[in-house]
Amino acid sequence: MVKNKQKIKNGISAVYLLLILLLIYAPILLLVITSFSSARIIGEEGSFSLVWYAELFQSERVMGILLNTVVLALVAAALATVLGTAGAIGIFYSKKKVSAVLQGANQIPVVNAEIVTALSLAILFAAVSLQRTYFSLLVGHLVLCTPFVIISVLPKLKQMDNHLYEAALDLGASPTQALFKVVIPQIASGILSGFMLSVTLSLDDYIVTSFTKPATFDTISTYVYNAVKNESKSDLPLIRALSAIVFLVMIILIVVAIVSSSNQNKEDRNKNA
Amino acid sequence: MTGLRFSRKQLCIPYAAFLVLFVVIPMFLILLYAFTGEDEAGNLYFSFSNFLNFFSSTSKLQTLGVSLTIAFITTFFCLVIAYPVAYILARSGWKRTYVLLLLFIVPMWLNFVLRITALRELLNIIGFLGNYDYVNTIIGMVYDFLPFMILPLYNSLQKMDNSLLEAANDLGAGPVHTFLHVTLPLSMPGILSGITMVFMPSMTNYVVSETLGNSNITILGKMIEEYFSTYDDMHMGSLISIILLVIIFITMLVSGGFKQNSDESSARGANLW
Repeated sequence: MVKNKQKIKNGISAVYLLLILLLIYAPILLLVITSFSSARIIGEEGSFSLVWYAELFQSERVMGILLNTVVLALVAAALATVLGTAGAIGIFYSKKKVSAVLQGANQIPVVNAEIVTALSLAILFAAVSLQRTYFSLLVGHLVLCTPFVIISVLPKLKQMDNHLYEAALDLGASPTQALFKVVIPQIASGILSGFMLSVTLSLDDYIVTSFTKPATFDTISTYVYNAVKNESKSDLPLIRALSAIVFLVMIILIVVAIVSSSNQNKEDRNKNA
Repeated sequence: MTGLRFSRKQLCIPYAAFLVLFVVIPMFLILLYAFTGEDEAGNLYFSFSNFLNFFSSTSKLQTLGVSLTIAFITTFFCLVIAYPVAYILARSGWKRTYVLLLLFIVPMWLNFVLRITALRELLNIIGFLGNYDYVNTIIGMVYDFLPFMILPLYNSLQKMDNSLLEAANDLGAGPVHTFLHVTLPLSMPGILSGITMVFMPSMTNYVVSETLGNSNITILGKMIEEYFSTYDDMHMGSLISIILLVIIFITMLVSGGFKQNSDESSARGANLW
């Protein structure tokens, strides 16, 4: 009786999760499927075709935008990671008051509405008569990303065994050596997740990008938003193919992540045994 | 020894300078611009006219009302949909629930403009696009922000001690009673941080309302963008930003967000990776 009840409960739970997942993935699957149809507009008749993929890869403009987006994300994430990791180490060893003030300021872009961050930067650049260039765009992305590097690294510093640093110094390491060979390896997982998070945030951003970018520069977000807004009939099919590819790459990355993490778990278990 | 500590502290100087230049000063500029106007020579003068203009304009107050309504409805639906998902994932005792959790978060890695575009195509096929602007906008917001609600709820439900539920059961509480008096209060921190994650973006993310609401819906974020790019007026945009900041402040005060900064930021994505 109890077992049956549990079974029904599990069944209902599974159906609910499946339903929500279906709703979440339905739009994406629709794009993937229709990207293989020769129809320009979804719903129109078409046959199986790779024409949009061919056109996508031949479009220098879209390929350029794709490259722009990825390069910007990698550059912004790398800079944010260096700035943020140094900042987190500095904050961790600062006096309580200094550390509290810096952590407070660090929270501003995190809790703020993105549009307010974007406008505040645009006003700053206008106030000092700075043209919107790649530099202003990069600053915008650093403001978005760096706080999250701090948030990822700081807890790892708190978990770190501080005696190791002291021991390294006692054994003759210079402070710089101790920093790079003892502290950094211990907080490496936090640094990595800060970097990955920065890449994601930068790739995903629309609002700050549109307020800080030069007029001629486009990322995937600004290109797609404008194409959809103008109902550009030549761009929409390409966007479907692009979405399908991005989605596929994402799935591959995630499967790799899951497999490698479960391998890691097995290794750990083997070691323990 | 003091010399060595000093060198580590210094690592935060670049980030501190960055925060002052690109976060703190821009926020002061917002405050300055909100309560000033510009004469023909471009000089700033103190003025309450933006403030008076906003609160005496029916259309602007209507925008505020629309934004708040959309945000309330979006937050409500996110909570109602996400709670069972988080509960099942955290409490079902199924194996490998982290893979399932991942499935719910994966869409966050797909560029959000692409995701909203995908949803637009789906809404177009079922005949919603162009007919139900408000419904579409809310569907889009819920679709976009659902993971932000699932993650903090999952975290707080997972931390919950099983023995408390057993104790409630042993003491004769039924499932409904246990849920209302044990589970719900214990998951309150997750609920509150989920609400702060979802509420503000729903008032400001105009990419969703523009793409799905057929450009017929103006929310506060759109209004800032309009004043900025169409009218080249950063003063009204700044005043609206101040209103948004007040709303952020109130939501944080209500949810006690100041005390649990770390919880909240981890909810916003730090544990995405």
